[in-house]
Amino acid sequence: MSLLSLLFGNKPKSAEVAKERLQIILARERTGRSAPDFLPALQKDLVEVILRYVTINPEDIKVALERQDNYDVIDVNIVVPDIPARPVSLHSVVRTP
Amino acid sequence: MTRIIVVTSGKGGVGKTTTSAAFASGLAMCGFKTAVIDFDVGLRNLDLIMGCERRVVYDFVNVINKEATLNQGLIKDKHCDSLFVLPASQTRDKDALTEEGVERVIEELKAMAFEYIVCDSPAGIETGALMALRFADEALVVTNPEVSSVRDSDRILGILQAKSKRAQDGRGPVKEHLLLTRYSPKRVNDGEMLSYKDVQEILRIPLIGVIPESEAVLQASNKGTPAVHLQGTNVAEAYLDVVARFLGEERQMRFVDYQKPGLFKRLLGGR
Repeated sequence: MSLLSLLFGNKPKSAEVAKERLQIILARERTGRSAPDFLPALQKDLVEVILRYVTINPEDIKVALERQDNYDVIDVNIVVPDIPARPVSLHSVVRTP
Repeated sequence: MTRIIVVTSGKGGVGKTTTSAAFASGLAMCGFKTAVIDFDVGLRNLDLIMGCERRVVYDFVNVINKEATLNQGLIKDKHCDSLFVLPASQTRDKDALTEEGVERVIEELKAMAFEYIVCDSPAGIETGALMALRFADEALVVTNPEVSSVRDSDRILGILQAKSKRAQDGRGPVKEHLLLTRYSPKRVNDGEMLSYKDVQEILRIPLIGVIPESEAVLQASNKGTPAVHLQGTNVAEAYLDVVARFLGEERQMRFVDYQKPGLFKRLLGGR
């Protein structure tokens, strides 16, 4: 095995894969656990406001709560189609824990 | 002042009962009056690990239902004079543990001047597990360096802060300690196992110890002797380190680095 991996280059070690998978799934599960109830309502209101100016698909707005150090950060990601082809990202720091 | 410690994990088979027995024994060996309670109603096993299964007459549920006094339920440990075991019942009634009942038993233990109460939680997130963590001041979160165990530990950490009485009453959060068990430095070295640093980085709680994978654990349970009494084994030493750290001592992590076996040992087929 070690001779083969020497010949063909190292595959990522399984422990690294495990760590990466855990970090991703736990980040998702933690936000689900601590998300305040207003997030879906906020998302709905944002869709309404933005629809007044741009035609977007309601699914192109993603609202999520993230933690950065001591702050809860509401991460709003709006994908505006066509002309400004890149995603517009708004960050707002809302409250300390 | 009594401190209540829950030994929990979410996942089964990671070493909660082994840890409860070793940790409670370690506290008692330091001279503290300690009680260890089995919350795994229906699947009692702490009595076997502690080697007192033939002395069980009354159990936790008997005491809760006032069919026996607490003194009748408590079994004095054969190794330590200041250690007492309260075994779980074998009833299949899931609702046998009531919050009022558990609270009454804990208050009685406090009145009897117990300094530490160790609550051995069952696996899962059902009544038994919730009752075990309900009154805890501190938690030993037993985790194997393996994905499902780490995920379940993360889940139980969330439940701990949401469901413990201490947190709900605003008396501050439950103090969390990460205890890694079944750790194999060789497999970590080979990149086949999450390292203790990886697990700590993922779970983000302070590490209180690393217990190496060892054949001694099976030998201890075969004999009904808590692992901490197997003198000269790395498991016993690692558990004693955990107890010392819990009591505020600073100790270096041991048994976490892989030492390549020497030529002599390899020739003799040692590992």
